[in-house]
Amino acid sequence: MTKSTSIKTWFDSGKPWVWLNAGAVSISLVMVVGLLLLIAVRGLSHFWPADIKQISYQEPGQESITLIGEKVDHESVPAARLAISGVELPEGQDFAQRTLLKVGNRDYFGLDFRWINDPWIQDVTYPEGLLAVERREWGNFYGYLVNVKQQGEVVADGDNAWDAFQQRLERSNDLVSQIKSIEKGEIGKINHGIEELRLRERRLKLDNVAEGTLPYREIEEQEAVFEQRYAKLREQLDTLYGDLNRDQITIRMSNDKEVEIPLAKVVQAYKPNGMGITEKFGQYFHHVWEFVSGDPREANTEGGIFPAIFGTVMMVIIMAIMVTPFGVVAAVYLKEYAKQGPVIRLIRIAVNNLAGVPSIVYGVFGLGFFVYFVGGSIDELLFQAKLPSPTFGSPGLLWASLTLAILTVPVVIVATEEGLSRIPRAIREGSLALGATKAETLWRTVLPMAAPAMMTGLILAVARAAGEVAPLMMVGVVKLAPALPVDNIAPYLHLDRQFMHLGFHIYDVGFQSPNVEAARPLVYATAFLLVLIIIVLNMAAIGIRNRLRETYKATES
Amino acid sequence: MEAAKEQRNVARGIDIESMQRGPRVNLADETTCLEVKDFNLYYGSKQALHGINMKIPQNRVTAFIGPSGCGKSTLLRCFNRMNDLIDTVKMDGDLLLDGNEINAPSVNVADLRRQVGMVFQKPNPFPKSIYENVAYGLRLQGVNDRATLDNVVEKSLKGAALWDEVKDRLHESAMGMSGGQQQRLVIARAIAIEPEVLLLDEPASALDPLSTLKIEELIYELKEKYTIVIVTHNMQQAARVSDYTAFMYMGELIEFGATDELFTNPAKKQTEDYITGRYG
Repeated sequence: MTKSTSIKTWFDSGKPWVWLNAGAVSISLVMVVGLLLLIAVRGLSHFWPADIKQISYQEPGQESITLIGEKVDHESVPAARLAISGVELPEGQDFAQRTLLKVGNRDYFGLDFRWINDPWIQDVTYPEGLLAVERREWGNFYGYLVNVKQQGEVVADGDNAWDAFQQRLERSNDLVSQIKSIEKGEIGKINHGIEELRLRERRLKLDNVAEGTLPYREIEEQEAVFEQRYAKLREQLDTLYGDLNRDQITIRMSNDKEVEIPLAKVVQAYKPNGMGITEKFGQYFHHVWEFVSGDPREANTEGGIFPAIFGTVMMVIIMAIMVTPFGVVAAVYLKEYAKQGPVIRLIRIAVNNLAGVPSIVYGVFGLGFFVYFVGGSIDELLFQAKLPSPTFGSPGLLWASLTLAILTVPVVIVATEEGLSRIPRAIREGSLALGATKAETLWRTVLPMAAPAMMTGLILAVARAAGEVAPLMMVGVVKLAPALPVDNIAPYLHLDRQFMHLGFHIYDVGFQSPNVEAARPLVYATAFLLVLIIIVLNMAAIGIRNRLRETYKATES
Repeated sequence: MEAAKEQRNVARGIDIESMQRGPRVNLADETTCLEVKDFNLYYGSKQALHGINMKIPQNRVTAFIGPSGCGKSTLLRCFNRMNDLIDTVKMDGDLLLDGNEINAPSVNVADLRRQVGMVFQKPNPFPKSIYENVAYGLRLQGVNDRATLDNVVEKSLKGAALWDEVKDRLHESAMGMSGGQQQRLVIARAIAIEPEVLLLDEPASALDPLSTLKIEELIYELKEKYTIVIVTHNMQQAARVSDYTAFMYMGELIEFGATDELFTNPAKKQTEDYITGRYG
């Protein structure tokens, strides 16, 4: 009797609900934090310069071999599974440990990852002389530095080799960046100029200007100037390439073979086993910076993801620029001007339902309507000379942003309408009573006061758009974009260009990559970065909203 | 009979003699500012005002009193066409401002509202600075000259007896002011565009007694320059500030006359019942 009463009292006190609510909040919190921690740890640990192991390894019935590499993963495998691959465990042992070793040297070993069974490891050492070389192609290389060569002649070996190598590496990296700036900058401009001339010529032909007349001759003259400039640059480049190919290093691999690597192919090299903790952190941040600021290499499994970051942010910003005015104008009409009735109610329901349409459907719509119809028409009207190669008639940044803008416009409309209906009637009447027209009242008082609500809509839109991938695959995202959408050639912002996107990058690296093991940590790192960017974009928008709220604090009603 | 009435009024705290500050007035001697002729108003099919006829005199304070829902605010809002905002409203009869029809199609509503300013029950300053609140109406008219604006803002705030309190924080948000200050700011905002008529819809009902007193004093001063129509629930207030009083009941104008006359010697039984507190 007393017990049931006390339970009843407890129940009536409302405490169970508090517990329920608190529990739900904690579970959500744990899940969010857990997710972030998982991708952060998995992604960020990839950049740590791990010690390189030298392992003597002997499979039963075979000769002992030496393996050099970084430990990547470690797991226990059931005996039954090992038995299938021909590994016998002692009686009574159900599990065996095995280690995934990144042995690198893909061009010589075929695979750069190798599982080894722990029981067969005879000995592990960490020699200080072991070198990890990051290359522009074929992934990492592990081994001992033997000597440094210039034009095939040994210039340093033994203890001097490392210092000479570092010096010459700096020089070669310098040359590489010079070559890159010429190829991308100067030659890019020349190519652009020549393309412009070709278009001009074609336009003349389309206008039926007789051949051999003055305009044609002008074009030829200018072309000759470009050719001359190009020849000069070509010469310069040849010299630079010659300089770049001057030096080589010799490295001894784990199987005692010596291999020559041209310095032009080396990004950087370090000796993790000899590094102190500070040096390791330095190397770590160097790696992270490279990842964030560099271009991808080797089918996106190496190098950085800067173009993807840039593309994502660009797309979201352009989307925001387009969706905000459009959504606000639509909401103002629906709320303020349209006669409220069944038609408006129907439109409102339709708008709300738009938010629930699967995003891939928007992708198909974007491709069919924006890219082929609108883009195709623009090409025919404005870029006649370039046809049949499309300008706006192919997937690109503008169409991707527009597609996402349609995808997110319902959110902005709903949020703005909500904000408009929360402006007290007294404020509107106050403005009208001072002789303002309805439009003036909206423009001077109501809209500024509804600005925080618009920002809320924008925040939701940005959060949704930045994470969307499926529709983008159809309207402008590519695995590897040859150029950023912004460069130094007028009009500087190229909305017709295809671009890279972090979300698609995750998909591409994770599921389309030939080298799964190398790609896996990059998937986590990229995912972490994507989440980080969405958070940063949102924080910026929330910051703006809070300032607006402060400015337009309405009368408490 | 007279004495008993006087006593009742005293019992309710209404001492007409001591409260009337101006000279005795007579409706027949006044210049008419607003005229209402056979005016009917409907919300959809429901009639809210029945055949109203009255002449509101210039540069005087006219109070509308009556129980809730009697149509006094509705009538007030007709003078600057605030009822236009409500779709279902239909009207017939005439409303004349200086002899011109208010509801005529040729009338520009914005221009009309510039002539007929309005202050609402709850202070409704815009979420802008004090300065911008007062300058709002002028900016609407395209006045952006700094010196002119400064001048008008100061004059209006002084006119609303607010200048001394806010002159050091003109560019701070108006939302940080007290309710009474906000209401005086709204009045300053209304007089900044120099209207002819000022409509006050229960301007002090949301304020504390001290602020109410300030507003009442302000109304007394403002009538020098403006024709003031005030709707109030508070009969002491009507008696204190107004020269003329209209008593409305169920959408009809029951009695309209000089305030002292109406309070001391009402012509109609209903008026007497109301002011002596038998209903309302």
